Amino acid sequence: MSKYELVVGLEVHAQLLTKSKMFCGCSADSWDAPPNSHTCPICLAMPGMLPVINREAVAQTIRAGLALNCTIAEEAVFARKNYMYPDLPKGYQISQYELPLCVNGWLDIDAGEGTKRIRITRAHLEEDTGKLVHAGDVSLVDLNRAGVPLLEIVSEPDLRSIEEVNEYLSRLRQILVYIGVNSGNLERGAMRMEANISLRPRRSAELGTKVEIKNLNSFRAVRNALEYEVARQTRILDSGGEVEQVTLGWLEHEGRTYVQRTKESAHDYRYFPEPDLPPLFIERAWVEELAAGLSELPLARRARFESEYGLSRADADVLVGARATADFYEAAVAATGDAMTPKQVANWMMGDLFRLVKESGKPLQEASITPAMFAELLTLVANKTINANTGSRVLKTMFQTGEGAATIVEREGLAQVSDADVLAQAIERVLAAHPDEVGRYRDGQTKLLGWFMGQVMRETRGKADPNLVRQMLMERLQR
Amino acid sequence: MSDLCRLTIHEARDLLRRGEISAVELTRAHLERIETVDARVRAYLHVDADLALAQAEDADRRRAAGEDDSLLGIPLAVKDIITVQGMPATAGSRILEGFMPPYEATVSRRLRKRGAVFLGKTNLDEFAMGWSTENSAFFTSRNPYALDRVPGGSSGGSAAAVAADEALVALGTDTGGSVRQPASWTNTVGLRPSYGRVSRWGVIAFASSLDQVGPLTKDVRDNAILLEAIAGHDPRDSTTMPEPVPRYEDLLEGGVQGMHFGLPREYFVKNIHPGVRRAILQAVDKLVELGATVEETHLHYTKYGMPVYYLVGTAELSANLARYDGVRYGFSAGAANMWENYRQTRGRGFGQEVKRRIILGAYALSAGYYDQYYLKAQKVRTLIREEFETAFETFDALVAPVAPVPPFKIGQSPTDPVELYLTDVLTLPTALAGLPCISVPAGFMEDEGESLPVGLQIIGKPFDEATVLRIAYAFEQATNWRQVRPQLA
Ligand SMILES: [Zn+2]
Repeated sequence: MSKYELVVGLEVHAQLLTKSKMFCGCSADSWDAPPNSHTCPICLAMPGMLPVINREAVAQTIRAGLALNCTIAEEAVFARKNYMYPDLPKGYQISQYELPLCVNGWLDIDAGEGTKRIRITRAHLEEDTGKLVHAGDVSLVDLNRAGVPLLEIVSEPDLRSIEEVNEYLSRLRQILVYIGVNSGNLERGAMRMEANISLRPRRSAELGTKVEIKNLNSFRAVRNALEYEVARQTRILDSGGEVEQVTLGWLEHEGRTYVQRTKESAHDYRYFPEPDLPPLFIERAWVEELAAGLSELPLARRARFESEYGLSRADADVLVGARATADFYEAAVAATGDAMTPKQVANWMMGDLFRLVKESGKPLQEASITPAMFAELLTLVANKTINANTGSRVLKTMFQTGEGAATIVEREGLAQVSDADVLAQAIERVLAAHPDEVGRYRDGQTKLLGWFMGQVMRETRGKADPNLVRQMLMERLQR
Repeated sequence: MSDLCRLTIHEARDLLRRGEISAVELTRAHLERIETVDARVRAYLHVDADLALAQAEDADRRRAAGEDDSLLGIPLAVKDIITVQGMPATAGSRILEGFMPPYEATVSRRLRKRGAVFLGKTNLDEFAMGWSTENSAFFTSRNPYALDRVPGGSSGGSAAAVAADEALVALGTDTGGSVRQPASWTNTVGLRPSYGRVSRWGVIAFASSLDQVGPLTKDVRDNAILLEAIAGHDPRDSTTMPEPVPRYEDLLEGGVQGMHFGLPREYFVKNIHPGVRRAILQAVDKLVELGATVEETHLHYTKYGMPVYYLVGTAELSANLARYDGVRYGFSAGAANMWENYRQTRGRGFGQEVKRRIILGAYALSAGYYDQYYLKAQKVRTLIREEFETAFETFDALVAPVAPVPPFKIGQSPTDPVELYLTDVLTLPTALAGLPCISVPAGFMEDEGESLPVGLQIIGKPFDEATVLRIAYAFEQATNWRQVRPQLA
């Protein structure tokens, strides 16, 4: 164990899922669109243009704030953050400074057997910048992203290990995706992180010098950058040196941080209230309406799955991982009724169904199979119309064709053979064809029972009721 | 000069309705007038005769089809800080030279819908920062009453155009007095509406919490007509208010009998010209004669108007002007690297006064100074507003001078910025409080052998433009100073 304790606070910028941009009518989703095709005089900051607040962006921010246990402000104010850069057309970013929309929340993360509460300082609404595209010795400006609403979530420095940081980010992403305010698609820049990190001797109450690491665009980048910084700062502290208060950038391909700005050259953003937008007064009735529309959050749902369905925490965690998965599971459990236990339904889902989903490369909600169809299949297995192996095969066909389980079983004649006469004839055929094995079994090699079962299943093209076959084989061989 | 150029909107409206004149004739007369006098007055930055005549023809067609509107076929001028479709917008700055906006301001759109004819864009101080149009990057406009003097500013081009009969009416903008002060100096009527009354969408921003578009007209009735056309809530400007817009023209009559006016002592500042003082006191006598009572009062926070205005206004403009970086539109110096291009574009694109104010504003907002400058200014701004509110518990309106001094001779504006900033000391507190106020002609004064116009300022309660116009109308009808025309052959 290192003699230093890691102290981390995170700032996460999450793109909201609104149709239009924060202050104009341009589409907010411009992935793959030609440069500057999603722009208008407002987001190009042409002279005389004025912003109008996107109500849906405010609603999504409030929903995120509620999901993160924040207090929702009664009065929120937008502010101008001033700095000049070509990706910022107005020369200021409309953000929030004093009086943000959401304050004083928290997020619980798994820590060992229990959970740990990470405090959220604030969550506020702001607009994204454009992008600079470097082409040879020139830089080109693409303002498609300029003005897309961004939710900035600032945590207190409550994280104490890289594992906790990772858990926090995963949980945060899960919640934002769950409540439908973020795509979770980090490859497309849906979440971008900044980390404030310091080291201090263990058992020290004082915080060490804080260093800020910017432009971390994946959870892996956060992990790598933190590991790099911990090693760098440990070396400095071990040799009796002092860590300098700086802002760092992260060079992903080189795997190292570099100094962007020193304390002396820190930006003065000259924040002041945005005079083009009057203060927002958030009506309580609206907040209550948004709170009522908020779905059950992952951790609460996981706890309920454990108690209500008797699932293990690990299984419940997998099933609540995405809202669509959890919704599917609950609908399937309801539709299966008493035919199967919730635990069995979970096993079928996490086994066969997840494998098929994974192979398809598409999310579950886009698959042709519905919870009701899945339940129909499970019921056929449960009432022994088909056996488990046939069930797997039928599921695969359902997944490919979108047909119902009963239709497939009927058409392909897959109904399980439970007729004792039919099975007895099959068993006689197998025994007659393999006298040596019969002899060896009777000499004590009872492990051959499985082999005999396989032969009988092949003889019946997999349709035999395996339990009945086992029972009949054992009786016949003992004679 | 064609008599058509002497007309007001309401006079022209009657002739157009009766078919005695056409919009094309009216427009052509004004284009000819511009041709004749603008080389001396220099009111316009841009005139588009073809576009204007096409609009006039369209107005005549609309009228022939049965349409009728006060503004149908009325040729007007627009300060070149308000965007108009098909016309360049420079804001009087090199940095926007050649900029053609692909949109137009809400006020322009509203006027276009009503059938107004856009003659062209008028000169102004760069980004509306100034008192004289001397800060225009292009040239200085002249005062039609004394061509060796400035018309005032920043809406000097609009005021000069109306005074010189180069447009029936014009739009200006008033951030700290930029409509009222040039109106006062050109014997025209200039109104600053309540903040939030008129949309700022498409109006190039100077100071967002202060800018308002206002009408500059030959008489009060025209002012009422034009205000009604541009006023009202605009979903594209979140700072406009949903207050209904009355038919101001119908509310002009009624006089001032029984009204009670306050005369703030602090508005008779130390440097006030005796001619201005005399004209205002005569105007007060006239109001009393008309049946009003006038009582001296105090507005103690008046002296803070200037520092508060120059802190809040410059802070806002320092951000509003950050977009002029040479990347997307307007002038670009074309330097080899980004920071150098910023420096050269803004260094060469902006004039001295604009740069001075950007620096002042950035300083007022900077870390360590924000509380003592910007924040304190905002607090004092609240006190100024509250002091007016208190005054309106007693008075129906306040009356005061507009500018303490007569128009400067060109090139003889005070060189000390602080002395220069005193020019608008009487129009700043009302702008900070967002109040409606008007400058109405109040006579003439003598200065160095020239006879120069003086305006009376009437200040009203928020969103009560109707009362301000009614008082101005009563005063105008009883005095009729507008009959004194500038001597321009
Ligand atoms: Zn846009």
